[in-house]
Amino acid sequence: MNTTNAMNNSALEPKVTIRNLYKIFGSSPSSMVERVKNGISKKDLLDKHGHVLALTDVNLDVPAQRIQVIMGLSGSGKSTLIRHVNRLIEPTTGEIIIDGQNVLGMNQNELREFRKQKASMVFQKFALLPHYTVADNVAFGLTIQNVPKNEALERSSKWVERVGLAGYERHFPDQLSGGMQQRVGLARALTTDAEILLMDEAFSALDPLIRTDMQDVLLSLQEELHKTILFITHDLDEALRIGDNIAILRDGEIVQKGSPQEIVLKPSDGYVSDFIKDINRSRVLRVESIMNGEASESGPSLDKNTVIEDALQVLNQSGEKSARVVQDGEVIGSVTLEQMITAIARPEFGDGESKTYN
Amino acid sequence: MEWLDEFPTMERQGLRDLKKAIDLGFRDFSRAYGDGIEGFFEPLLYFLVWLDKLLVNTPWPVIVVGLAALAWIGSRSWYVVAGTIACFLVIGYFGMWEDTMATLAIISVATLLCIAIGIPLGILMSRSERVQSAITPVLDVMQTIPSFVYLIPIIMLLGIGKVPGLLAVCIYAMPPIVRLTNLGIRLVDQEVLEAAEAFGANDRQKLFRVQIPLALPNIFAGVNQTIMMALAMVVIASMIGVPGLGRPVLRAINNQYLALGLMNGLAIVALAIIFDRVSQKYGDRLQKHRKS
Repeated sequence: MNTTNAMNNSALEPKVTIRNLYKIFGSSPSSMVERVKNGISKKDLLDKHGHVLALTDVNLDVPAQRIQVIMGLSGSGKSTLIRHVNRLIEPTTGEIIIDGQNVLGMNQNELREFRKQKASMVFQKFALLPHYTVADNVAFGLTIQNVPKNEALERSSKWVERVGLAGYERHFPDQLSGGMQQRVGLARALTTDAEILLMDEAFSALDPLIRTDMQDVLLSLQEELHKTILFITHDLDEALRIGDNIAILRDGEIVQKGSPQEIVLKPSDGYVSDFIKDINRSRVLRVESIMNGEASESGPSLDKNTVIEDALQVLNQSGEKSARVVQDGEVIGSVTLEQMITAIARPEFGDGESKTYN
Repeated sequence: MEWLDEFPTMERQGLRDLKKAIDLGFRDFSRAYGDGIEGFFEPLLYFLVWLDKLLVNTPWPVIVVGLAALAWIGSRSWYVVAGTIACFLVIGYFGMWEDTMATLAIISVATLLCIAIGIPLGILMSRSERVQSAITPVLDVMQTIPSFVYLIPIIMLLGIGKVPGLLAVCIYAMPPIVRLTNLGIRLVDQEVLEAAEAFGANDRQKLFRVQIPLALPNIFAGVNQTIMMALAMVVIASMIGVPGLGRPVLRAINNQYLALGLMNGLAIVALAIIFDRVSQKYGDRLQKHRKS
C-alpha cells in the first residue's frame, strides 16, 4: 500500500530534519536532560524538580516540497515544536538540520539571514502590524531586508493579488475580517520567497467555512509553488485534507508519523484511533490504499487517488460490483464494492483501549 | 527601661555634626564644581532666553496665528483652534501676555528636555528588568519628594535663575514620560513582536518599526502628563527666579490679591487645557488605524 507515494518521499531529500529534540522549561533545563533521557515522567519532573517537559525526543523528517502536518491537542507541544524550526524558541538539546545546515549552530546574524531568506511564518492570531496598511504588511519581510520601499511594494503586490486582496492595499488590518487578515498573513509569508513555510494553527481562528476556503487557497498555491510546509493544527479533518504527511504529537512526543492513509488505516495506538474514529473515512481513503493486486478486466476505471466516496458513486452508476484502479493509464489493481464498504466502516479497534488515554 | 519610653536617638552632638558635614561637604562641592555645572547648562539657558525673547518680541497677532496653526496641525479640530485663539485673546486683554509668553517658553523647553531624556530612559527600562528596578525608585523619589527639598541643593549649586528653575520643573515633570514609555513598550503585543522576529528583524528594526509605533498611545499619554506637571510647577519655579505666570500668583499670595491670583491661575489652567486637548487629539490621530 502506498508504495509509490512512499518511494517518492524517500527519493526526495528531507528538507528539514529534526533529531532527538528535547525542550524543557524551567530554571535549569540542561541539568534535567539526563533525568528525562532516563525516562522520568512528565509529572515527576514537574512535581519533584519544578521543570516542565515540553518536547521529548522528537524525530521528524520533513520532505521537501510537501505539506507536513503536525497534529496534536492543546498542550501537546506543537506550537513549541514549530518555533524550534526557526529558533523563536531555543531547544534544550537536539538538532535541526535544514539543507544540511544545523539551525542550532547559527549565530544571531546567520539566524536572522535564515529567517529572512529561508523560512517564513504564518501565525494563529495573524500577528499583523496594526499600524501598517495591507500593502506595507505584505512587504514587511522585504523592507526588513532593506529592500527599497518602492521595489518591496512592487514585488509584494503580486502576492496581494494572488491571495485575493487586490483593492484592499490601503486598508489597515483592523478594517478586515479574520479570513482576510489571514490572507494578508499568508501573503506576507510568501513575499520573501522563502522555501519553507511555517504555519502555526494558521486557520484555527477562522470560521469553518472561511477555514475551508483558506485551505483551498493554500492547496492551490502549493500546486504551483511547491513549498516545504510545516502546518500545525488540532483539527484532524484539516490535517487529513491538506497533509501529505501527518505526525501526531501527544504530550510532547510523536506517537505516529505517516501519510493520511496510513494514519486512518493503521492507527498506531488507542490514542490515535480515538482521534480518527469520528472522521468521514470515505472522504479520506483512496482506492489505492484498499485495492487488491489482481488486475481485473471488467468494471469502470478509477484513478488510484480517487477517494472512496467518489468511487462508490462511479460504481453505483455503472452497476458493476468492482472497478479497475488505474495509474497513468495502466491498470494496477482492482477494488470491489465490498472492500470499499469494509474500509469505511468505523473500526472497533481502540474503543476499549482509548479509555486509558486520558 | 528608659529606651522603651523614649526613642533611642542619636546623640545631639553627633547628629549636628553629621548634618553639618553633609552641608559643608555639599557647599565645598558646589564651590568646586558649581561654575562647571553652570557652564554645562549654558546652552540650555541660551535656548531658553532666545525662545523667551522670540515669543515676547514677535507681534502678538503673529503669535496668536502661529499658535492657532499649531493647534490645527495637532488637533485638526476647529473647536480646539477657536478655543486656543479665544484663550490667548482674553489672556492678552487682561494684561498677562508677557508672563504667558515666558511661561510658554519655559514649558516648551522643559517638555522638550523631558522628552529628549525621558523617552530613551523609558526604552532602556523596558529592555532590562535590572534597569527598571534601578530607575523606578528614583522616579518615585522625583515624584514624591517635596519640591522645596530639591530646590535647596539646586540653588546652592546654580543660584537663583532660569536654569535652576528649569531643572526643578524637569525633575518633577519627567517621571510620567519615562514610566509610560516603559509601560507602553512592555505592553506591545508579544505576537506582533514575535512575527517581526520571525521575519528576521533585528533589535533596532523591532524597536523603531514595532515597539515604538505600537507604544505611541502610551508615550503620548506620558508627554501629555509631563506638560501638565510642568505647568503645575510654574508657581514653585517662580520662587527661584523663573519669570512667567507664577510670579504674579506668588505676589498675590503674599499680598492677598484675590483677583490677581485668580486671573493668572486661570491663565495657567487655560494653557494646560489647550496643551492637553491638542496633544491628546494628535495622539488619537496617530492611532487612526485602530478605528474601522
